[in-house]
Amino acid sequence: MVKKIGSIKFGILSPDEIRKMSVTVVITPEVYDNDGAPVDGGIMDRRLGAIEPREVCPVCGNTRDHCPGHFGHIELARPVIHVNFVKYIHMYLKATCRHCGRVLLEQREIQLYLDLLSRLEKLGAWHLKRRLIEYVKKKASKQTICPHCGVKQYKIRLEKPYVFYEEREEGVVRLTPIDVRSRLEKIPNDDVRLLGGDPIEARPEWMVLTVLPVPPKAVRPSILLETGIRSEDDLTHKLVDIVRVNNRLREHLESGAPNAIIEEEWELLQYHIATYFDNEVPGISPAKHRSGKTLKGIAQRLKGKEGRFRGHLSGKRVDFSARTVISPDPSLSINEVGVPIDIAKILTVPEKVTPWNIDEMRKLVLNGPERWPGANYIIKPDGRRIDLRFVDRKAVAESLTPGFIIERHLKDGDIVLFNRQPSLHRISVMAHIVRVLPYKTFRLNLLVCPPYNADFDGDEMNLHVPQSEEARAEARILMLVEKHILSPRYGGPIIGGLQDYISGAFLLTAKNTLLTRDDVIDLLGVAGYKGEFPEPAILKPGPYWTGKQLISLFLPKDLNYKRRATIGKAAALACIDEDCPHDSLVIIKNGILLEGVLDKASIGREEPESLLHWLVKEYGEDVAREFMDNVYKMFIRYSEKHGLTLAYDHVVLPKEAMDKVKNIIEEKRREVHELIEKYRRGELEPRPGRTLEETLEEEIIDLLSKRLLDDVAEAITPYFDLKNPVIVMARTGARGNPVNLTQMAALLGQQTIRGRRIVRGYTNRTLPHFRPGDLGPEARGFVKHGFAEGLNPIEMFFHAIAGREGLVDTAVRTSQSGYMQRRLINALQDLRVEYDGTVRLPTGKIVQFRYGEDGVDPMWSDHGKAVKVERVIEKVIGWRT
Amino acid sequence: MRRAKSRKQEQVKTREELEKYLEKHLKDKVSESVYEESLKVIISAWEKYGLTLEELKSIVENIISRYVKSLVEPGEPVGTVAAQSIGEPSTQMTLRTFHYAGVREFNVTLGLPRLIEIVDARKKPSTAIMEIHLDEEHKYSEEKAREVQRRIETTTIENIARRVNVDPIMGVMIELDASMMQDKGVTVEGVKKTLEKLKLGNVIVDEENPNVIYIQWKQAPDFTKIEKIRVKIMNAKIKGVKGIRKVIIQKKLVPQPDGSELEEYVLVAEGSNLAEVMKIPGVDPRRVFTNNIKEVEEVLGIEAARTAIIREIKDVLDDQGLDVDIRHVMLIADLMTWSGKVKQVGRHGVAGEKPSVIARAAFEMTVQKLAEAAIAGEEDPLVGVTENVIIGQPVPVGTGVVELYMRPSAGQEEKEE
Repeated sequence: MVKKIGSIKFGILSPDEIRKMSVTVVITPEVYDNDGAPVDGGIMDRRLGAIEPREVCPVCGNTRDHCPGHFGHIELARPVIHVNFVKYIHMYLKATCRHCGRVLLEQREIQLYLDLLSRLEKLGAWHLKRRLIEYVKKKASKQTICPHCGVKQYKIRLEKPYVFYEEREEGVVRLTPIDVRSRLEKIPNDDVRLLGGDPIEARPEWMVLTVLPVPPKAVRPSILLETGIRSEDDLTHKLVDIVRVNNRLREHLESGAPNAIIEEEWELLQYHIATYFDNEVPGISPAKHRSGKTLKGIAQRLKGKEGRFRGHLSGKRVDFSARTVISPDPSLSINEVGVPIDIAKILTVPEKVTPWNIDEMRKLVLNGPERWPGANYIIKPDGRRIDLRFVDRKAVAESLTPGFIIERHLKDGDIVLFNRQPSLHRISVMAHIVRVLPYKTFRLNLLVCPPYNADFDGDEMNLHVPQSEEARAEARILMLVEKHILSPRYGGPIIGGLQDYISGAFLLTAKNTLLTRDDVIDLLGVAGYKGEFPEPAILKPGPYWTGKQLISLFLPKDLNYKRRATIGKAAALACIDEDCPHDSLVIIKNGILLEGVLDKASIGREEPESLLHWLVKEYGEDVAREFMDNVYKMFIRYSEKHGLTLAYDHVVLPKEAMDKVKNIIEEKRREVHELIEKYRRGELEPRPGRTLEETLEEEIIDLLSKRLLDDVAEAITPYFDLKNPVIVMARTGARGNPVNLTQMAALLGQQTIRGRRIVRGYTNRTLPHFRPGDLGPEARGFVKHGFAEGLNPIEMFFHAIAGREGLVDTAVRTSQSGYMQRRLINALQDLRVEYDGTVRLPTGKIVQFRYGEDGVDPMWSDHGKAVKVERVIEKVIGWRT
Repeated sequence: MRRAKSRKQEQVKTREELEKYLEKHLKDKVSESVYEESLKVIISAWEKYGLTLEELKSIVENIISRYVKSLVEPGEPVGTVAAQSIGEPSTQMTLRTFHYAGVREFNVTLGLPRLIEIVDARKKPSTAIMEIHLDEEHKYSEEKAREVQRRIETTTIENIARRVNVDPIMGVMIELDASMMQDKGVTVEGVKKTLEKLKLGNVIVDEENPNVIYIQWKQAPDFTKIEKIRVKIMNAKIKGVKGIRKVIIQKKLVPQPDGSELEEYVLVAEGSNLAEVMKIPGVDPRRVFTNNIKEVEEVLGIEAARTAIIREIKDVLDDQGLDVDIRHVMLIADLMTWSGKVKQVGRHGVAGEKPSVIARAAFEMTVQKLAEAAIAGEEDPLVGVTENVIIGQPVPVGTGVVELYMRPSAGQEEKEE
């Protein structure tokens, strides 16, 4: 890939240049004659380019596919100011002499700054250059007498959008564009440079238009409506207006009409040209269609999210893509994606016919577009494309020779890119390997949901088929899912066990799990185990196997690992050393899981320094992927066999526990009322920096939300054990947490809006069920029932209020964080690591001398550290410690 | 075979032997910090479990291979990765925003709004806050800490006056609250001095009641100005540091330079004035923190501002429980400060000063940027990412930096020779 465009230079078109590139001068506002043919010298003149099918361009002789379009021009009867440059015209007028056109500085100074400018340019210190120019502009604008010719300078006032006034002694005088232009013409080239201009590419007087370029027809195509009526583009409309007014102005000038009329027409021409360029200039009413819709100026075409830049140049529509609903398939590998057969028959991959695949290719051609696996098109060596729908496929298949390109259907093993919006990070687009499947949805392994942030409540995803060999190679080597198990955000796996995989792993590896021969066969079967059948761990009363044994079969033989399991986080289940009944210390020595249950801490996602993490880092992504494809399947299989379900009974507390909860609530309620009493009596001590009311509210919230829930959680914990699936899920880190449990079993607690109790609603009360001014818990959104018990209508309402806040919050903040990310990306995207280890901008400027101060890629770090030496030691001698 | 095995089983006997081995085989092959750490950890493992030569060799090899594997590859688009690593989790931040810092007395902006504030390089944070550590003399006793607190906290007439009467004819009468004065450590004399500075007229302390102060008009003011004068008097600063409204004392564990932790009294202040607070006696000027980055830049310089940006961003992320590697944060801080001035991430800073016209135009304010480029006759060198995407050329990061061309004939030529 050779770079073709070295650089792009910007400037202003000079009148000469406009005339030179023009193929015709546009002189008449008429567009089409009575027959509907474009009028010569009109705005849709044939010479402006061929855009109709089979039309031949009179200028270049091409049809519309190859005619680039040609510019025309309009000779303006009187010069007109270009709105987008008004700011700069004003600057030039202020900083230069009204008489001699020099910058209003001493010659000596001018020379000094010019030298400085050249030196700065040579150094490439463009921000210093900008500061120098700003300084010159400011200094020159302040002068009242020209140091060159001694003429007194007046203040130049700009009346937005484009009228200039000069405040002379005798009064304020309007400067016509002719005056403006003649002044700008006088500025010498060097002085232009000093004011930040480029006298070669952008002479200041070119900002006042005397000739207007007419863009080619391809830029502003007319569309034929179904009714057969031609509808012209906004720009064409605008150009017609300009030509019409321009002609009228010229007639008036030639016939020597009164000045007032000329002024009026001139003003109108100025208006039309201004809105042609930018129809959103503040201070002038936007030009409108007859229907009242505002016209789109050139500026409107370019700017904004849907403008040319962001809408068509930075982001482009593509072919070879598909989109449909996604659904889960745990039997796929994490590297795979299930593609519906209907989609596979539309998306194609170009494949070159060679002597080695010619037979296969013939078969594909014979199958054609309808039968999978077939082909849709073939491209002959001469570049001709044949649509296989409309030809005798047998004959075509016969005629195949090496060198043909077959656009064949997508088939198993092809590489594709898979994506879900919003694409917030690079793992929102990953390469998958195709598996063509029946039905109509894309299928993906559940373990790859988190990087895409996907679920299956109707989510849709996109799929792209890379068409070149380079693209496919990069996709396979850099973008494949297994290459993204580790997250570059922090050194750790972002893909890993979740939900049922974790509870399944826990249940399988738990101490009390004993498996029969049938179980083992079943489990090893789903995992695709091919080795020797393991010896049973227990012989009497019958042969039984443990779950840990099965895991060990898949672990690398030199793996040593020791870590606390997630269940060990709870004090009651914590293990200090190997000798422990809770089994919450995971110990693997020489690839044998000796002790401990596998749960989130070992196999879960977003768990750096876990078993999974070390597998990826020490044995490679492919080993880790196989582990996830096979062993993880065993986890969910066991969870199915064991049966993991959540019933109402699991969250109902016995009467005795419920009483305890009620007592705690009652106790806190009393405390709140005491506080309120104290407040009413004026005995409450305000917290520093808080009013009395705020203090009361804060105390109550402390009491009702944190302390109350802690107390309740403590009270109900003894009534739940690891036999309860809710607890299994919460403790192993599969899903949920103790707070959720309290909310289900005991109470929801205080509902809050922005961290405060609910106060809004009626005057001085939340709902008409309470007395005005009631500060009690119930009146301000305290919910004393849990989901198991059920909420009363008032509580349900308060809960809905707090729930709604969350929804609104998400909706509001996504736009904010989206904009922040766009700015971050825009600011940082050009940074890259060079071969010398520095981080530089593309201009070569150094931002960091060594990336991250140590040159370590966070993705391949051990949770931020270059090398976790403890792990290395554990790895090597862990088998004996 | 057997001989080799027995040799390998040999134990590392002395610490010197271990250190020598590491120096020979590990030093200079990994970075200094990794070497230091390895030394420490390996020695402690050797002391605890003992090591054979073979094991030591294996450990060293593992460390080296792990280190080499962890290094960044040239061309890595580290900027994009950093932006994504901070941008992506910020969408999750949305749901959880708290307005409490460690100090419940002050509201502190946290979460996404604070993050945006930092990358915007705002002049002033919406909630300025300072953490002021004290010197040896003052940090262990609450009494001593209170002294410093009083020096820093602004005390205005409003804080200590029970009543302020402003009469257009009679003059001003201020009744002071003795207990408040004592609490704040203010004397009547001090109040008098402050009032004199206002230059409203003669300041007289009542002879019978020293807590009442009168001001006789030098010149009777206009009726309409009475309220203004009143506000002026109320806000007159008796003492303290300008800009700091409230200071509280906290007792907390502070990490010491040697790695240990010590219980110290620390002041937390609402408002920020780094330059002045550092001068207050009793304050340890090396350990004064503010969340106002602009101020850090002005007072302590650009390197300090960089550190402050890193610390502030990391604090926000940690507070939200988001795990983001410090290197990403460092890169953002470096890009914001490398020019020597703190620049925002956005059109008035980093993104607005790119060399590419097209990249600037594609970001924000398309038309203005194009006009600006036109009058200056700017040239777009097409070296960045956006420009090359727009014109349809390979992007200069990642695999796009490689400039190798395959010449299938080259290999054959060599063979022929």
